[in-house]
Amino acid sequence: MAGQGGMVQKRGSGLWLTHLGLIVGVAFIFFPIWLAFVASTVDQQAIVRPPMPLLPGDKLIENYTRALTSGVNAPVATMLFNSAVMALGISLGKIAISLLSAFAIVYFRFPGRTLFFWLIFLTLMLPVEVRIVPTYEVIANFGMLNSYSGLILPLIASATATFLFRQFFMTVPDELAEAARVDGAGPMRFFFDILLPMSRTNIAALFVILFIYGWNQYLWPLLITTDPEMNTIVMGIKQMFPSGDDTADWPVIMATSILAMVPPVLVVIGMQKLFVRGLVESEK
Amino acid sequence: MEKRVTFKGIWLPLLLVAPQIVITAVFFFYPAGQAIWQSLFIPDPFGLSMQWVGLGNFEFLLSDRFYRASFLTTAIFSILVTVVSMGVALYLAVLADRLIKGSGTYRTLLIWPYAVAPAVAGVLWLFMFNTRVGVVTWYIGLLGYDWNHVLNEGEAMGLVVVASAWGRISYNFLFFLAGLQAIPKSVIEAAAIDGARFWTRFRTIVFPLLSPTTFFLLVVNIIYAFFETFGVIHTITGGGPQQATTILVYKVYADGFVGQDLGSSAAQSVILLLIVSVLTVVQFKYIERRVHY
Repeated sequence: MAGQGGMVQKRGSGLWLTHLGLIVGVAFIFFPIWLAFVASTVDQQAIVRPPMPLLPGDKLIENYTRALTSGVNAPVATMLFNSAVMALGISLGKIAISLLSAFAIVYFRFPGRTLFFWLIFLTLMLPVEVRIVPTYEVIANFGMLNSYSGLILPLIASATATFLFRQFFMTVPDELAEAARVDGAGPMRFFFDILLPMSRTNIAALFVILFIYGWNQYLWPLLITTDPEMNTIVMGIKQMFPSGDDTADWPVIMATSILAMVPPVLVVIGMQKLFVRGLVESEK
Repeated sequence: MEKRVTFKGIWLPLLLVAPQIVITAVFFFYPAGQAIWQSLFIPDPFGLSMQWVGLGNFEFLLSDRFYRASFLTTAIFSILVTVVSMGVALYLAVLADRLIKGSGTYRTLLIWPYAVAPAVAGVLWLFMFNTRVGVVTWYIGLLGYDWNHVLNEGEAMGLVVVASAWGRISYNFLFFLAGLQAIPKSVIEAAAIDGARFWTRFRTIVFPLLSPTTFFLLVVNIIYAFFETFGVIHTITGGGPQQATTILVYKVYADGFVGQDLGSSAAQSVILLLIVSVLTVVQFKYIERRVHY
């Protein structure tokens, strides 16, 4: 079936039906986001008297400025910064400690190696949601409530990345380590000059996945950041809803929702190839 | 699997694994151990001392009407989320796979809800179905349907299911599309030459060949529905109305942090721990088998 594709692929009216089906699907996926965007560009009056318009209004700059500079409990700019610190801390921190321990486990024979391996393996099983109360107590005892280290450290304690790097290091040809040894290069020299550059793509793919994982955390920041100045943007949105019967400030809340989506969406779209690769590999 | 070539030294490798071991011990093993330990005690009302109750917390939980209801809620919720998100994703992937050109464009358009946090997805759907200002609420009101997920348990469940499934479609779509594209076109064409129509080909050839992907996604989606949907439920319903959307993870939070019932919350954590372990073992067993293919 050279060039034009096989007979099982569609042409003519069937092709248009296929496109139509996909467009309906895309529209369904996009509608909630579109509506949030529209709501972030109109004033409160347009929303509280339903139905709200389905096309953008002219209050975009006003609403986003209001959200970023004052927000509801804390300026959204502050929350964005907190989210960035948390997401980068989790992704870079996890990559760093995982690279080191995977290197040790693969390239050395040391006492307790198998034990360490299995201890790390066990952590694959437990999401933070399962151990929230005792983990909260640990953080509280260390005085790490409302701190970046409190946001970051408990979420680094998992072994997915260690496993990935271990798998990858196993595929690196032995000749390279052999050559390094013959040349008299020490293990750390080998690690930085050869292993690390070879792992570049894997590191980048993992970074995409971990950045989104860190950025989108909800339960953990909800528990340990009681100070609005330490809220991350994803958890901060819910805090913007008034308790009781007051009407929510919808334009600002929706502007914040859009702002909360932009960084991870940019990472996914901008690094699409790496993202797909990271996704497939981190699940295997 | 072992490396033939290794470096010498004992202190260096210990130093290299130290950061991960310390962080894992302090923030993982210690809290997990605490959860198991606390599940065997009941704190007195003033929180001054702990009373040993053995498996009492578990016995109490398993006979508790609300906890059993939460199990059922979790089962219904996870099955619905998995079926809805995988169903829509498979439908879209089959369509995209039929295109010679342009499937990449649709992929780009369809993957980005993956980046939207469950909690943000919750806020978006809450906005559409808000009882006072929601657009969808208003339009279906015109059709004579009075939507109120704040009072109606079925509608509340429906809303959290759709909001949770929505963000997951991207992920399933990617895996299904990759699975479909890995099926040799010649096999399908052979069936087409034999006169098999699309639906027959799909049922007898495509779907069976896709089953490893489907099974993998089934497990991963159930784990997602169990644990990562907390944000959706917390933003949309807060577990209500009348605990109709209180899934197990939400109950650990509600009993432990809101209700301050530490013993019960810890026991619930342990039960969840057992459930994840089983799911993880299933997942690994399956992947192991697939590696041998």
